[in-house]
Amino acid sequence: MSSNHQRTGSHFQITERLVFEEGSPGRRGFDLPELDVPRKDVATVIDPSLLRDGIAGMPELSEVDVIRHFTRLSTWNYHIDLGLYPLGSCTMKYNPKINERVARLEGFALAHPYMPAELIQGALEVQKTLETCLAQISGTDAVSLQPAAGAHGELTGILMIRAYHQSKGNPRKKILVPDSAHGTNPASVTISGYVVENVPSDRRGMVDLEHLKKVVDQDVAAIMITNPNTLGVFERDIAEIAELMHSRGALVYMDGANLNAMMGITRPGDFGIDVLHINLHKTFTTPHGGGGPGAGPVAVKKILEPFLPYPTVGRQAGGNYFFDHDRPQSIGKMKAYNGQFGMHVRALCYILANGPEGLKEVSEVAVLNANYIRAKLKDAYAIPYDSPSLHEIVFSDRIQARKDVHSGDIAKRLIDYGFHPPTVSFPLIVPGALMVEPTETESKQEIDAFIEAMLAIAKEAEENPEIVKSAPHSTRIGRIDEASAARKPVLRWRPE
Amino acid sequence: MLAAIGLESIDQLFSGIPEKLRLRRLLDIPRALTEPELLDYFKDRAARNAADYVSFLGAGIYRHHIPIIIDALISRSEFYTAYTPYQPEIAQGTLQAIFEFQTYIAQLTGMEVANASLYDGSTGVAEAMLMAQRISRKNKFLVAKTVHPEYRAVMDAYARNLGIEIQLIDYTAEGRVDMAQVERALGKDVAGIVVQSPNFFGTIEDTALISDLAHRHDALSIINIAEAVSLGILKPPRDADIVVGEAQALGVPMSFGGPHVGFLATRDRYVRQMPGRLVGMGKDYSGKRAFVLTLSTREQHIRREKATSNICTNQSLCALMSTIYLATLGPVGLAEVCEHNILKTDYAVGQIRSQTPHRVLFPAPRFNEFVVQLDDRYASRVERLMQNNIVPGLDLSRFYPELRNTLLVCVTETTRKDQIDALVKGLA
Repeated sequence: MSSNHQRTGSHFQITERLVFEEGSPGRRGFDLPELDVPRKDVATVIDPSLLRDGIAGMPELSEVDVIRHFTRLSTWNYHIDLGLYPLGSCTMKYNPKINERVARLEGFALAHPYMPAELIQGALEVQKTLETCLAQISGTDAVSLQPAAGAHGELTGILMIRAYHQSKGNPRKKILVPDSAHGTNPASVTISGYVVENVPSDRRGMVDLEHLKKVVDQDVAAIMITNPNTLGVFERDIAEIAELMHSRGALVYMDGANLNAMMGITRPGDFGIDVLHINLHKTFTTPHGGGGPGAGPVAVKKILEPFLPYPTVGRQAGGNYFFDHDRPQSIGKMKAYNGQFGMHVRALCYILANGPEGLKEVSEVAVLNANYIRAKLKDAYAIPYDSPSLHEIVFSDRIQARKDVHSGDIAKRLIDYGFHPPTVSFPLIVPGALMVEPTETESKQEIDAFIEAMLAIAKEAEENPEIVKSAPHSTRIGRIDEASAARKPVLRWRPE
Repeated sequence: MLAAIGLESIDQLFSGIPEKLRLRRLLDIPRALTEPELLDYFKDRAARNAADYVSFLGAGIYRHHIPIIIDALISRSEFYTAYTPYQPEIAQGTLQAIFEFQTYIAQLTGMEVANASLYDGSTGVAEAMLMAQRISRKNKFLVAKTVHPEYRAVMDAYARNLGIEIQLIDYTAEGRVDMAQVERALGKDVAGIVVQSPNFFGTIEDTALISDLAHRHDALSIINIAEAVSLGILKPPRDADIVVGEAQALGVPMSFGGPHVGFLATRDRYVRQMPGRLVGMGKDYSGKRAFVLTLSTREQHIRREKATSNICTNQSLCALMSTIYLATLGPVGLAEVCEHNILKTDYAVGQIRSQTPHRVLFPAPRFNEFVVQLDDRYASRVERLMQNNIVPGLDLSRFYPELRNTLLVCVTETTRKDQIDALVKGLA
């Protein structure tokens, strides 16, 4: 590593055991107020046979113990506030702090969904306003905020497609899924009771329209398409694909994971999409939280509106908002209450902070950044599909593999240069894929540092491949023996 | 940057999109707001929710005290702005915290193993049902009517297209699942029985008895826990096959219904049929203790259409809230919180019985909720309470038409005696 792009250094880290190995009997982190009703022995209220005898292994800690424990753990994480997170398909962008502030306002944090409607007008207005904005951004007619995450939105959307076909008398049998799709797509199809039929990508990395013409028959309920697809490529024939599907009575589902490439540029509803989910934790800056909570609202065209999960948020003539449970054709409930409301507040805050010009600029800069990386790295890393990139670019390790250096090694070596690795091993149609999505929130300096690191690693792969293959060298722990961990899984702590 | 790419305009970046599909106008959404305007906007909306009412609403979402340190810790960027821990070398903090969550849930539920969390209790129960279908290869489920009605609705939506049949089981005059009816319904075709405890009426079920009955008929016992604080004092359903539920009560804000956090715990032998992420403890190449996502061959990103579930995310940050909650309270603090819930609820029940003309339904023991049936002046009494800024509970007829003029009332450790007295006075 040459010094001008050396970003990592030594930084003290404290080793910390499991919380169950800390603490000491008698320590407390919290006191309750004095009991203000008559004290009784609980065993006189509840039959002792229903009561437990302690909780084996649960530690007793002071407030400082707890703070130190979790603060120490936190220092072992990479995170977006520390640096670039070029994870393709994940849209790891900066999460504005104001989102966090407004979501914690007491009126939101303490709201209970079973409050009478007149006492939750503010929360309902937030949901309705977000629905309206998402419908406008996606070019659709109605939105349900209920799904808890992207995959949950997929399931919701496919169940609506089934309900639509059922209302015409025949639910049909199959859903077409391109081979470049996220793994959640085929999994969601299966638990909707449909059969998956894979469709191959063509040489451009796009869905093959000619192939579709041959396979779309009366058994096909829909195609589930990602656009821009997981190669970061806009499906040039999308309007024709939609037209074909519609002409044969089938519908078009869009995985909206990559919406960040097209806000204010083009709209799914305008190119023939009937239903899509939107990942608020990707495009709309709700934090990833170390793996959730996400939120996956579903947006639909008019023909699918009757099938939305209940309740929807309605508005009376007088202007009052209410939960509308009177949805006779609804697919039912996908989740208790109405979705991940805390995420809805954050997403609306982001949309309002940007406005129409701002959102368009978000997509423009996201695409600019990705293409800049592509231009700078195209000689050092192979690009398996040369179709124009939007917000992300998929490289492969073809050049480096000649020295037995693979995408996973390159990913781990990037950690030594101070970056989170890109997405690897996906999409499945690219062997040795390295999928890079910088997002719009990164400065040119940050992106240049990443490019320099990638170039330095390409050089290392040529000249000193071992250093790449044994990376990372700078982390608190090294590579993990994942095979043994899976063979004899230890999934919980137990007392010695 | 454009020059480096060899382009002259931003518009050229989008040449891959056919011109006829381009939006050549601005989106019709509100104009951009600055930070002070955003604060005003959201403060105004938040103020139009009734945070200052005394609320006796529970019904699956519980108002417990949330120690301040939870928000201080989860507000660290290292936790809340991190991605899913797919790169374990730089995600040990998240991974160890999830492993601790799994352990806490296993300890609380009396199960052998728990996953990294699910979206919430409602989707959790639906996933538990699908898991039991995979294990048993049978398609019929007996579901107590006293399982949270919204959870049952989600089970219906998931079951509809997978050939699953759900038979509802009534509740007795005691407010518990009708075991005689369960026994009659159990047959070779039953995959499992789903019972909630404390159930939707707040009544504590005898889960050991239920599991025993299920096992005698070769069915799986699935116990749903919607009020996870109760596990701090109630005997855990150790004999169940799957314990699934909602951990919102453990330190997660009510937040108008989400985000909350589902959990699913089971026996070691069923671990490969579990949905959702799992963190395992292992070693790095030098032998140092390390944590990693494991058994991912169950999951959609590897197995695609053959996965155990389509779930990709968990509710990591909410699971972290619950983990910190449990660490802060410890076994003694948690038991004390439970004691306050039970004794304050018992006090409220006693006062309503002695000071009002209304009937408290269901005599079986309860944790922090109970059902009170009002006389015919229900509407005017509720309205009067509302005028005094008291939300007296949930109108149960919304989900149980047979229970007219009834309120499901929740009393937690945060409910003060004078607030209970005001409710009783309002009902008198």
